[in-house]
This record gives sequence, C-alpha cells and structure tokens, in this order.
Amino acid sequence: MDWPFLLDVFHQLLSGLPLTLQLAALSLSVGFVLAVLVAAAVGSPFPPLRWVARAHVELFRGTPLLVQIFLIYYGLGQITPLRQSFLWPFLREPYWCAILALALNTSAYTAEIIRGAVQAVPAGEVEAARACGMSGFMLRRRIIWPIALRQGLPVYGSEAILMIKATSLASIITLTEVTGIAYKLISSTYRVLEIFVVTGAIYLTLTFLLSSALSLAERRLHAHHKPS
Amino acid sequence: MASSSRLAIADTTEAIPAISTADLHKHYGGLEVLKGIDFHANDGEVVAILGASGSGKSTFLRCLNLLELPSAGRLHIFGEEVKLRPGDANLRIADRKQIDRLRTQVAMVFQNFCLWSHMSVLDNLMEAPVHVQRRGRAEVRDEAETVLKRVGLLERANAYPAQLSGGQQQRAAIARALVMKPRVLLFDEPTSALDPELVGEVLKVMRDLAAEGRTMLIVTHEMAFARDVSSRILFLEKGRIEAEGSPQQLFGGGVNERFDQFISRFSQG
Repeated sequence: MDWPFLLDVFHQLLSGLPLTLQLAALSLSVGFVLAVLVAAAVGSPFPPLRWVARAHVELFRGTPLLVQIFLIYYGLGQITPLRQSFLWPFLREPYWCAILALALNTSAYTAEIIRGAVQAVPAGEVEAARACGMSGFMLRRRIIWPIALRQGLPVYGSEAILMIKATSLASIITLTEVTGIAYKLISSTYRVLEIFVVTGAIYLTLTFLLSSALSLAERRLHAHHKPS
Repeated sequence: MASSSRLAIADTTEAIPAISTADLHKHYGGLEVLKGIDFHANDGEVVAILGASGSGKSTFLRCLNLLELPSAGRLHIFGEEVKLRPGDANLRIADRKQIDRLRTQVAMVFQNFCLWSHMSVLDNLMEAPVHVQRRGRAEVRDEAETVLKRVGLLERANAYPAQLSGGQQQRAAIARALVMKPRVLLFDEPTSALDPELVGEVLKVMRDLAAEGRTMLIVTHEMAFARDVSSRILFLEKGRIEAEGSPQQLFGGGVNERFDQFISRFSQG
C-alpha cells in the first residue's frame, strides 16, 4: 500500500467535495420545490395541468440521467433562439446545466414520492380532522403533511442518496467535482484502482452520514412507533 | 327513570332541536341508502340508532356533520339551517366556514378511533381547541388534563396512539371530542372495533356522559347499552325509519314486528 499516495489523492479529491455538495444540495432543494409543484399539479382538478405533470414525471423518470445531461448541455446550444435569450449565460455554463438536469430528474421521482406519501395518509385521520372543523390549509399543515412526511421520509432518503451519487455524472460535462478530479488524477498517474477506491470511499462516507442523519430524523418523528 | 328525567329536560327546549333533518336522502350511484329521514334530537337526549348493517344508520349519522353529503333534504343544527347547494349527485357545502364552525359543536367519535398517529394523546386533545377554536393553550391544557383524568388516561397523556390498547384509544378519542366542549356528541359504532374485553371500559365512559344529560347520538350494536342508556331508539331499515320510541316501548316488544325480529336475531347471535 502506497499510503502517502493515497493520502495525496484523498487531499486532492477533497478539493472537489464542495462542488459535489453544492450540486447535490442545490439540485435536491430546487428539485424538491419543483416536485411539490408537480405533485400538486398531478392532484389538480384541472386536466391540462395534470397531463403536463404526468408527462414531466414520465419523461424524466423514463430517460437516463446521462442523456438528460447531454441534451441540456450539448443539445440546447443548437437551438438558436435559446442562444440569443437571457437564459444563455446560464445554459452555457456546465455548472447550471448539471444542476438543471439533476433537479429536473429528482423532481420527477420526488413528485411520485410526495404523491404516494400523501395518498398513504389514513383517510380516517383526515376525516377526524374534518369532523373537528379543520379544512383547507390548516388541515394540510397540521394533519396531512406531517403524517405524509413520516410516510415519505424513508423513501425520500433513498432518493437523496441516489442524487449524491448522481452528481458524479456532472464530471462528464467538465465539472471538477470529486469524480472529475479523479479522472484528471488518473489521466496523469494511470493508477485507476487506488484513485477510484478513494473516490468511492468519499461517496460512501457522504451517503453514510446522510443515511445516519435520516434515521435519526425518522426515529425522532416516528416516536409513536416506539414501544413505551 | 334516568331517561324520563332526560326527557323532561328535552321538553323545555323542544322549540329548537339540537339537530333535525327533513326528508334527508342519500344515494351512491343508483343505490339509495337513505330514503327520506325526518328526525330531530333535542338537547339532552340520548338517541340510539339501531339497524342491520346496510340499513343506512352510519351514513345517516355521518350526514349530520356532513362527512357524507346528502343527496337531498334539509339539515338544521341548533336551529341553524346548514347551507347546501345543488351538486352533481349530492348536495354540496355552500358555506365552508359555517360547516367548520358547526363541526366544532358536533363532535364525532369513530369506530376506528382515528386518533392522529403523529401526536401524543395530549396533543390530540389540544389540537382542535387550540388551532380551530383558538382557545388559550393553558386553559385547553387544563381542560384536556381534566378530561383525561375523567376517562382514566391522565398517566398516558404523553403516549402515542400506537402505544395504547384499542379501549384506551377510544377513550382518548372520546376525550378529544369532549375537550371541544361540543353541544352534541356523535358516536359511530364506538365499540365495534374493540376486543370484547375492552368494550366495557368504553361503554362505562359513555354511560357517565349520558348520565350528565349530554346530547348524544349513538350508532351501536350494543343492545343492552341502547336499552339501558338511551332515551330514544331510532330503528332504521333499508334507509327508512322503521320504528321510533322509548327503549321501554320498543324493547317491550309488539310495537314493531321488524324491530322484534331484529332484536331476536341479536339475542340468538
């Protein structure tokens, strides 16, 4: 084992960590907001809105993330009006293209998680709230959403872990996050095994920290499932 | 004896029934579940609503706080007409605020308890009084603890519903209804989901409430309870009121043939 080399690789890869975390955090937050809107649209009484939301979910769930990244980064540049629009300063940046692709992708999955979680709220508990005079926003804020959160959190945790790992695809469009730096190191040292083992360990640490935080949150929220 | 004194209370306020319905209909698609119910309950009355399954008794009870929307007919609560407007199949709520306000006065206890699983028992009790009725937290907490003590659950105030037995959950659900200080209590088969040995503890709480002169409408299969505790029996069959009267009259037999058949099925069962 060449420990000094591994340590050196580790230090260099860590310099990509802020970008990896940014990509994950930004795309998850933007994606979540989008997902709430999409989930609301799926449940809307207005059919065209429902169709658009369904199409969004099917499209971004049904195509590979890598293809989505390529389409957004390379494909959009071929559309002349877009190149001349105010969006271009963003869309020509690989950073924003990666975030856009990741956010759209996670929004499709998360919208389905939200829809499932809200549907899983026991009808009786909602009825009991109505019978107490709750309706509209208060019913959602006090009863439906808190119960749905508890139903959906474990599944959403998996989605967040998938997204952390998916940020590594951003390296394909020139971003030097952890995996991007790994590629660079390999092209100069050819030591594939050591470098990718350290790379994998960094992702594993991230996802382990996230899943620990999630199970802590679950335990706190699921207090009612613990025996007294 | 207890029931006659309750009827005396009812007589003084007969001018304005707590709840009344006129020609209430309900159908699901082609199936007519309620075929014109004319009913009123006065303050202080304990009405047991009996009938075979499918007779429409639960549907009728659920129409009284609009958990089911009737297809036709009129509903008055404390003399106030509930505002409904025509809809596709059923009537629709015309004034959401009115319904929400009346619902705080007509509390409901469900067959499956329906406590909010994400809250402790105490929070379940405080939820509606604090957020819907906008009463002060301190006052509601005192009231909630008093009510919990009364139903024998004070020491379980911080437990979550999943940690309680069925009987405890139903007592907590009754407590949740009581903290709202409702003028009418609706019970929808409150003991049907309970293990037989847990039925007694819930019925005991309900007996105490009835003895206080509270207005209660109870859909139940507990015949002995209906006979001993109610001041009036409402017997539904196939969506109509088949018989109505004091428990002494009806359980004495010979008033209504179908009711007698219904009772005999129970005593055999």
